[in-house]
Amino acid sequence: MISVENLSRHFGSTIALNDVSLGVEKGEIVGLLGPNGAGKTTMMRIITGYLAPTSGTVRVAGFDVRRDSLDARRRIGYLPETVPVYSELTVREYLAFTGALHDLTPSMVSSRIELCMEKTGISAVSHRLIGHLSKGYRQRVGLAQALLHDPELLILDEPTVGLDPTQVVEIRELIRELSRSHTVILSSHILPEVSHICSRVIIIDQGRIVGAGTQEELERSLKGAENIMIQLKGAGPDALDALRSIPGVKGVRAESGVGSFLVESSLGCDIREELFNLAMARRWPILEMRVVSLGLEEVFRRLTRQEETAS
Amino acid sequence: MNGMKDRLQAILKALKPSLNKVWAVFRKELAVYFSSPVAYIVAAVFLLFSGYFFSVVLSYTREASLRLLFQNVAIIMLLVAPMLTMRLFAEEKKMGTFELLVTAPLRISELVAGKFLGAIILFLAIMGITLEYALVLAIFGEPDWGPMLAGYFGFTLMGTAFLAIGMFASSLTDNQIVAVVTSFAILLFMWIIGWASDLIPSVPIAMFIRSISIIDRFESFSKGIIDTGDLFYYLSVIGAFIFLTIRSLDWRRW
Repeated sequence: MISVENLSRHFGSTIALNDVSLGVEKGEIVGLLGPNGAGKTTMMRIITGYLAPTSGTVRVAGFDVRRDSLDARRRIGYLPETVPVYSELTVREYLAFTGALHDLTPSMVSSRIELCMEKTGISAVSHRLIGHLSKGYRQRVGLAQALLHDPELLILDEPTVGLDPTQVVEIRELIRELSRSHTVILSSHILPEVSHICSRVIIIDQGRIVGAGTQEELERSLKGAENIMIQLKGAGPDALDALRSIPGVKGVRAESGVGSFLVESSLGCDIREELFNLAMARRWPILEMRVVSLGLEEVFRRLTRQEETAS
Repeated sequence: MNGMKDRLQAILKALKPSLNKVWAVFRKELAVYFSSPVAYIVAAVFLLFSGYFFSVVLSYTREASLRLLFQNVAIIMLLVAPMLTMRLFAEEKKMGTFELLVTAPLRISELVAGKFLGAIILFLAIMGITLEYALVLAIFGEPDWGPMLAGYFGFTLMGTAFLAIGMFASSLTDNQIVAVVTSFAILLFMWIIGWASDLIPSVPIAMFIRSISIIDRFESFSKGIIDTGDLFYYLSVIGAFIFLTIRSLDWRRW
């Protein structure tokens, strides 16, 4: 559905996207995840044809977004971060306008408007001026606009930002439902959002893809690490070095509790037995030992943090 | 003959989706214009001053002509045109709706055409109200219709050129104040540049400067003369600034 190849975008001397390649299959629901300023919006703006890339190519349904721009744009429904509505128009007037921009015939427009207003739950406010609607309703109007021409691809930039918690849940439900009949790509800087809705997550930081995969894949693949939380009675500061000396251990961090440590090991390397032997040898009774799996939150934090220290 | 008809129909058919989009932009533009107070305030100010000029000029000259009125109202247009066009693109950019327009399957030229038409219709609607002055003259005097029609035609043409310049200024920025100031500056510059021609010793350069002055052209219209050179001048200004608008909007993406 989307194929992005070696995409770069510079703004003056800042590099917003740095040689990014990715593909999205039909029917997927992909989350672009990254801290603010990572390049998510730039990526979406290039896919939708709002910005030109500095180098690289983007294809939507086989159409180059630069060369066959109109053909590509016809297949995209786009909800930018700032919802593009006219406060002087009523909801219905606005949707009729955006429908006309997408080559819908007047008869088609009115039936599509009814359908999309129903889907997004705005039928009751169809005759109100958009300027008088709440943020949550405007977001829905924006979504209805993106859906109106029944596009193959939906691009949603931070669709839940600035909404109250109930509205967030409702919009997420709606997006999940939409993903059954559309390919969806959405961006967010909130982890739970992406991990709840998306079948695949692409983590972007400083203009680069730093991780990609399903939630489980990402959690598993992160540097092949596994964490073990251990609490040893009577262990002093020297325990840090003792734990580090175990083969397969990649890092040890003292935790808040007395004698508590977080031991990070290489994947597939079970160090629990060695930990037990060490504790026996040093006569540190083990009070607690458990495997801590890395949540997506931790994956995200590590991936983006790593980039920071590398640069 | 038949072949040509078919070809014409084919062209029209191919153009139809395009025209539909221009029409959609145009209608949206007017809906937004008339629901904001700006259009009404600008119209009120324009009519207030032109009415004042009309009655003052009339009581001085006792002449059933709009010639002097047109020349005075042209000065008001210097301010009115930028105010009518300031929001065309600047507001869309500020509100984020520009992103909607540019990512829809809509060509920049279609967008510009729809918006420009909207501005022209608004301008004509305001101008239409000044027809009452012609009506007053027709009832109480015997005006010479030739110069009056030429004057209206020339004024509309000049006004449209002003609007094209204003639209270009609006395409450069997302700030409406900046748009107003920029278009006012361009208009004023094109207005007063003719004055410098007397000071320039080189005849060809002086002639050239006179020829680009936007106001000198209008005087002959208000006297009842429609000169093809003047016509061509205004049409060129309109065409050039429409072209520049399209370029500046396209260029923004790079």
